[in-house]
Amino acid sequence: MSDPDLIGDEELDIAVTLNGKPLRRRVKARQHLADFLRQELELTGTHLGCEHGICGACTVLIDGHTARGCLTLAAQVSGRTIDTIEGMSESGKLAELQSEFIARNAAQCGFCSSGMLLTAYELISSGAKLSRTEIREVISGNMCRCTGYHAIVDAVEAVMAKGQR
Amino acid sequence: MKARNFRYIRPRSLAEACRILADADGEAVALAGGQSLLAGLNMRLSSPRLLVDIADLPELRGQSYADGTVRLGALTRHAELLSSELVNKHLPLLSKAAPHIGHVAIRNRGTLGGSLAYADPAAELPACAVALNATLVLAGASGERKVKAEDFFKGLFETDLRPGELIAAVEFPAVPAGTVTGFAELSRRHGDFALAGVAAVATMQSGRISETRLVYIGCADRPKVAKAVSQAVATLRPPFGDIGAIEQAVKRDLSPEDTPGLRGDTRVHLATVLTRRVLNEMSERVAA
Repeated sequence: MSDPDLIGDEELDIAVTLNGKPLRRRVKARQHLADFLRQELELTGTHLGCEHGICGACTVLIDGHTARGCLTLAAQVSGRTIDTIEGMSESGKLAELQSEFIARNAAQCGFCSSGMLLTAYELISSGAKLSRTEIREVISGNMCRCTGYHAIVDAVEAVMAKGQR
Repeated sequence: MKARNFRYIRPRSLAEACRILADADGEAVALAGGQSLLAGLNMRLSSPRLLVDIADLPELRGQSYADGTVRLGALTRHAELLSSELVNKHLPLLSKAAPHIGHVAIRNRGTLGGSLAYADPAAELPACAVALNATLVLAGASGERKVKAEDFFKGLFETDLRPGELIAAVEFPAVPAGTVTGFAELSRRHGDFALAGVAAVATMQSGRISETRLVYIGCADRPKVAKAVSQAVATLRPPFGDIGAIEQAVKRDLSPEDTPGLRGDTRVHLATVLTRRVLNEMSERVAA
């Protein structure tokens, strides 16, 4: 009885608003949100790197705020609003950030890009005006192994400057 | 990695949550923000059989101020410590410490009660709670009891919480005028676990620090008031240039063991440097 693997796969019904549309599903209790999105819904834009909250590749928006998809259970988000890179891209909300990222080659392999864009989006939509050092602090929870971050900071700074005009 | 299997339940009231936790015979864990718990489960550092999701319980929410006491619900998120006017005004130490907790996405989810209940000795909020002389309000199946923060932390990841108990709220005495607070932390990268850190509350009198409560982070198995350092700095006049006297006192308060990547004496040195930094910063603020 003390072996937790013997307790069976408990399943729960959840209801969420995903990328603007209501969704009802049955999920495994232990399935985290990023696995749920990727494996059950085939929304593979949410990436998985470390699975313990360090790399930021699995970033999604829960009720409009960035969160780690690997440190949130699918069961936990029942009743909440989830936005992923797919929905945010299709809605055009990321268009400005995406075009600045492309213009500066701020996405190379693309593994961090979905998380990076959502973190940048939360920052931009807060209306805050930050220095480059402060922008680096905000994106410090998203690891990029290609760009050295410089181009990403440039892109975020450019969008921030546009908002101030 | 993936977590081992568990069941999940979302109770509708605090009483129900306490009852479920009490009935689970130590095999259940409360889940709030989950930012430490779920990372630990994914790494299979622990394997509870039942997660009790308390994130929706209204009894654990809210922030209020009355009679010189700020009461923060256990579900207060780290991000709220930065945005709350009540916290900025009465508990600036928490606003200074919060940016050091993880990253934005972690602060959006992680909670005050969760951080205290987890009792990681490298965490910021347990040290702040002790430095601010906070009182924890614990709810259990048989009612509420209150415990001082300095009595709550028992050791490495160990607290005074009994089976079936939850942190419901934390009561902080508002920091009075004339008392200053400071926070400093060293980590290898921003958001990483602290190599060393210090939370400080000090009262200044005629150019000297008359009374301090200094609590170190990452230097012992639990947060506690550094008595020798507090005594030593009361005899010194700022600015604190010579770190010898402070270092001697730090050595009386702290005896960190060598860990992979950081020797104990290096940690003492870092704690000393941070102490001087935070004390000078606080006394300059008073002088200005």
